[in-house]
Amino acid sequence: MRTKSFLRCSLLMSAAAVLALSLPARAQLTNLQQQEWLNSPAAVSHIGNLAGRAKAAAADYRRYCVGCHGELGDGNGEVAQWLDPKPRDFQLAVFKCRSTPTGTLPTDEDLFNAIARGFDRSNMPIWNTFTKQERADLVAWIKHFSPRWQKEKAGEPIQIPPEPEVTPERIKAGEEVFGKVQCWKCHGVQGMANGPSASTLTDDLGRPILPFNFTDGSRPKCGNTDRDIYKIFMTGLDGTPMPSFADNIKPDEAWDLLFYLRTLQPHNAFNMKEKQIAKQLGLKPVTPQ
Amino acid sequence: MKKQPHLKLAAILSGLVLVGLGALTLNQKVSAAGGGSITGTVKLSGTAPHMKGIDMSKDPYCVKQHENNPAKMENVLVGEGDGLENVVLYISQGLTGNEASAVPSSEPIFDQKGCMYVPHVLALDAGQKFKVTTSDQTTHNIHPLPDALKGNIPWNKSQPPGAPPIETSWKNEEVAISVKCNIHPWMHGWHVVVKGPYATTDGKGSYTMENVPAGSYTVTAWQEDLGTQTAQVTVAGGSAAKADFTFKAK
Repeated sequence: MRTKSFLRCSLLMSAAAVLALSLPARAQLTNLQQQEWLNSPAAVSHIGNLAGRAKAAAADYRRYCVGCHGELGDGNGEVAQWLDPKPRDFQLAVFKCRSTPTGTLPTDEDLFNAIARGFDRSNMPIWNTFTKQERADLVAWIKHFSPRWQKEKAGEPIQIPPEPEVTPERIKAGEEVFGKVQCWKCHGVQGMANGPSASTLTDDLGRPILPFNFTDGSRPKCGNTDRDIYKIFMTGLDGTPMPSFADNIKPDEAWDLLFYLRTLQPHNAFNMKEKQIAKQLGLKPVTPQ
Repeated sequence: MKKQPHLKLAAILSGLVLVGLGALTLNQKVSAAGGGSITGTVKLSGTAPHMKGIDMSKDPYCVKQHENNPAKMENVLVGEGDGLENVVLYISQGLTGNEASAVPSSEPIFDQKGCMYVPHVLALDAGQKFKVTTSDQTTHNIHPLPDALKGNIPWNKSQPPGAPPIETSWKNEEVAISVKCNIHPWMHGWHVVVKGPYATTDGKGSYTMENVPAGSYTVTAWQEDLGTQTAQVTVAGGSAAKADFTFKAK
């Protein structure tokens, strides 16, 4: 009897201690809530027909991701202090590369693609060493760090109309959009990341950040296909100064703008036609108004 | 004869009940009409801090808007009689669920004008719609930065010249959400999202908080640089209670 009640008492006390220790410093999930979430049927990801299970990714995360993104997923891993840009904070769940409108959660597929693509000019490598199943599991795992995934649904992906044919008219129209919505304020009239506002830009946490330089051969962080770039200015890169232009650029105009942006890049696999047309047109940089 | 005292008692009792019911309904009427208000002034004691001029040379358009009235920071605005402008007053304790969740139908405007936010501080109810507009012929991006873990989600939208208004609202109370324009780094404003009645001080530091039901409350005064102060206020139905605040200059 005595040992039994002693056991019970010590069990209670240790439970209390665990609870006290896991008291959140910010509105993060408690360990208990995290465990519950991990065991719930909701702790999954869906990418096409592929279903990822959070629990299956625990070992991969611990081995490959924890160093930068941290035990708690807050982007404060052991080496984070030496990195710039900083690792993503999965608790805040504010993501750059989305197919969804600004201020919404990305889709599972957005996260799935981001893992495989990696982030150019950052310490996030291309993780194409994972199988698709492993990546899907990791997406489910990433989502368990933020209470937002339990309260909010992912945003509705934006509609992207089929890509039209590149024409000189479209490139000229795109240049007009570039001038009208004043992309050059940050990116510069030649896309060299030297616009008047470029030097004072900061991210959401107040850290200095540079606008994208179209001319130096950098790969855009959210991918370099036409659709990837289209998404950037129609969804914005949340957490950065890059806003969404969805309310001010029509879907068709957005393709024009994309074609014009291609002319600013050095020759690459995606812009042969655009470069040729720009040369024929003798395209000059926009004049700031 | 025997029955009379019983009748008397019954009459007295029913009379009391009627009076009680009357008082109750009267009381209800008062709170239903919103009745009372809280009014007062907010002042600054000590030397008003110097508000630095703003260098807008990054954008010639912005410079031009301030040719005749040089732009200055707006963190601490002191007016007539040391009145403190842009202080938000709200009820932090004492409201019932119903009173707190009533959302005004008015739709305030947060304008971008002369590369500044007008008003610099916008008080709102959680769930109240508001409009972000631009009066400027230069592109702004409007970038509110709430704490994503407290229920309001940060977003970032552009507003080029002639852009339509952005109509939106904040889901949860949050004191306060910082609002930035990345293109014009000096542009900084606040959205103060509360539940229940609120008021913002004018150029003289005075305010009136309308539609406050009778009751006892804790009123909080929030100033972006000087922090918060609280006062206990009792509002009697249909009358105006007074609450003055004084912030010390830093």
